[in-house]
Amino acid sequence: MEPVQFVFYAFATVLVLASLAVITARNPVYSVLFLVLAFFTSAAIWLLLEAEFLAITLVLVYVGAVMVLFLFVVMMLDINLDQLREGFAKYLPVGALVGFIILVQMVIVLGPEQFGLDRVADPVKHGPDYSNTKELGNVLYTDYVFPFELASVILLVAIVAAIALTLRRRPENKAMNAADQIKVKRAERIKLIAMAPEKDEPAEG
Amino acid sequence: MLEWLQSTWMSLPMSVQDTVIIVAKIVAIVVPIMLSVAYLTLAERKVIGYIQVRIGPNRVGPRGLLQPIADGLKLLMKEIIVPHNANRYLFIIAPILALAPALAAWAVIPFNDEWVLADIDAGLLYLLAMTSMAVYGVILAGWASNSKYAFLGAIRSAAQVVSYEIAMGFALVGVLMAAGSLNLQDIVLAQQGSFLHWFWIPLFPLFLVYFISGVAETNRAPFDVAEGESEIVAGFHVEYSGMTFALFFLAEYANMILISVLSAVMFLGGWLPPIEGIPIIGEPSIFWLLAKTSFFLFLFLWFRATFPRYRYDQIMRLGWKIFIPITIVWIVVTGVLVLANVSPWFD
Repeated sequence: MEPVQFVFYAFATVLVLASLAVITARNPVYSVLFLVLAFFTSAAIWLLLEAEFLAITLVLVYVGAVMVLFLFVVMMLDINLDQLREGFAKYLPVGALVGFIILVQMVIVLGPEQFGLDRVADPVKHGPDYSNTKELGNVLYTDYVFPFELASVILLVAIVAAIALTLRRRPENKAMNAADQIKVKRAERIKLIAMAPEKDEPAEG
Repeated sequence: MLEWLQSTWMSLPMSVQDTVIIVAKIVAIVVPIMLSVAYLTLAERKVIGYIQVRIGPNRVGPRGLLQPIADGLKLLMKEIIVPHNANRYLFIIAPILALAPALAAWAVIPFNDEWVLADIDAGLLYLLAMTSMAVYGVILAGWASNSKYAFLGAIRSAAQVVSYEIAMGFALVGVLMAAGSLNLQDIVLAQQGSFLHWFWIPLFPLFLVYFISGVAETNRAPFDVAEGESEIVAGFHVEYSGMTFALFFLAEYANMILISVLSAVMFLGGWLPPIEGIPIIGEPSIFWLLAKTSFFLFLFLWFRATFPRYRYDQIMRLGWKIFIPITIVWIVVTGVLVLANVSPWFD
């Protein structure tokens, strides 16, 4: 076996096993961690395709940001596994049927006869001087500049909407406002009073 | 003997030769980092000692120079205690996950015009990806310890790191716009000239934001609420002892050195000399990179000795409401500067 093939099969095996573990792990924290592993190995497989920009972005965005927040949320959940497993046998036939239909559909669309080297050409190999990042930038900002900008505007709207949905004014909330605290001047808090010195009387008794 | 070595070397297949060379380079990077980490701990105690008019460690070896070795040996000998009901596997994996990205990031750092392990085009992106992964070690440590103090520390740390990563990423966007490349070697070369040509002048706000975010990302004072001795004992590593604790310590200091090197590479011209054309001092060399890195490391220690710890809501306010708007505005300014070919940086 060629070294590249060996690397591919090693990472592909890890990827498949990790993906299986995501749905079979009992502890949801383990599921999230296996999903992280799955993202990481698929990034490695993309590196084999010389798509280093996409591979590193996958690690940066999904492993570095999205999954951290996932982990954060999953750790905070108080999940009662017994309650979740209740009625597993009752719902099994329905679940199995739905799963089977999805599987058939995926095999029809993504089956091996749709791919393979006779249908999809072997990706062109480039030398070490070839810059994947530069090529991607060229395509994104010339041919696809409008879809790209549109996607960014939609994302911006989503960010604004998410903030608007969660922003609540709560007058009863006693949280401190850091901006007000910083703006405070000495004169607003302290008043200096001129007064005559008092004579100290010795305490009696 | 030499001839025998040469002939054996030649008889090895090309792939094996490459692997051996790469491993040798990795060792040549990691060993000095580990030594620097050891002596950075001594430097920290000494510098803070003198700032507080004390002497600092001075008993082990001449002038206390063997103190880090003694500390390391002590930690090696100590027992690793896994708390009751802790998640055993994650408890052990967490410190490894904290240290590994801190070391992996060094692969793309250019030490001089030839010394760089992986001269890749997406170097800056790779760095950002690696530094963003360090937070897993902290979160998992907090969760796996099965202790409320550790968990509180982990949650604080995760929220803080994710927040400051955005400001940091935007600061890097400014750098890559100015240099026109994601490759760190190209970023250094784009700053060629004297210290007036370095990016700290046109990108001054980004420079400040980057370094302060770096301090926050490494959970160092004044942003060390993840440890917060006075509130949550020691935060995420409260249950760790012996070598597992030492790994967290190594990761924190390796990250400090990494942030310092990156600040030097991206804003202070990396291995370029401040004034060119003078013999010996004016030569570009690794010593300039080390000098600039040491300056930033000293800032880390100086901050710790000077500033009181931030309150948690103030940390969030600084990250989200001050740093991110500043970086967004300055990215636009940088774009204008680059388009207008402002000399001496962008001509």
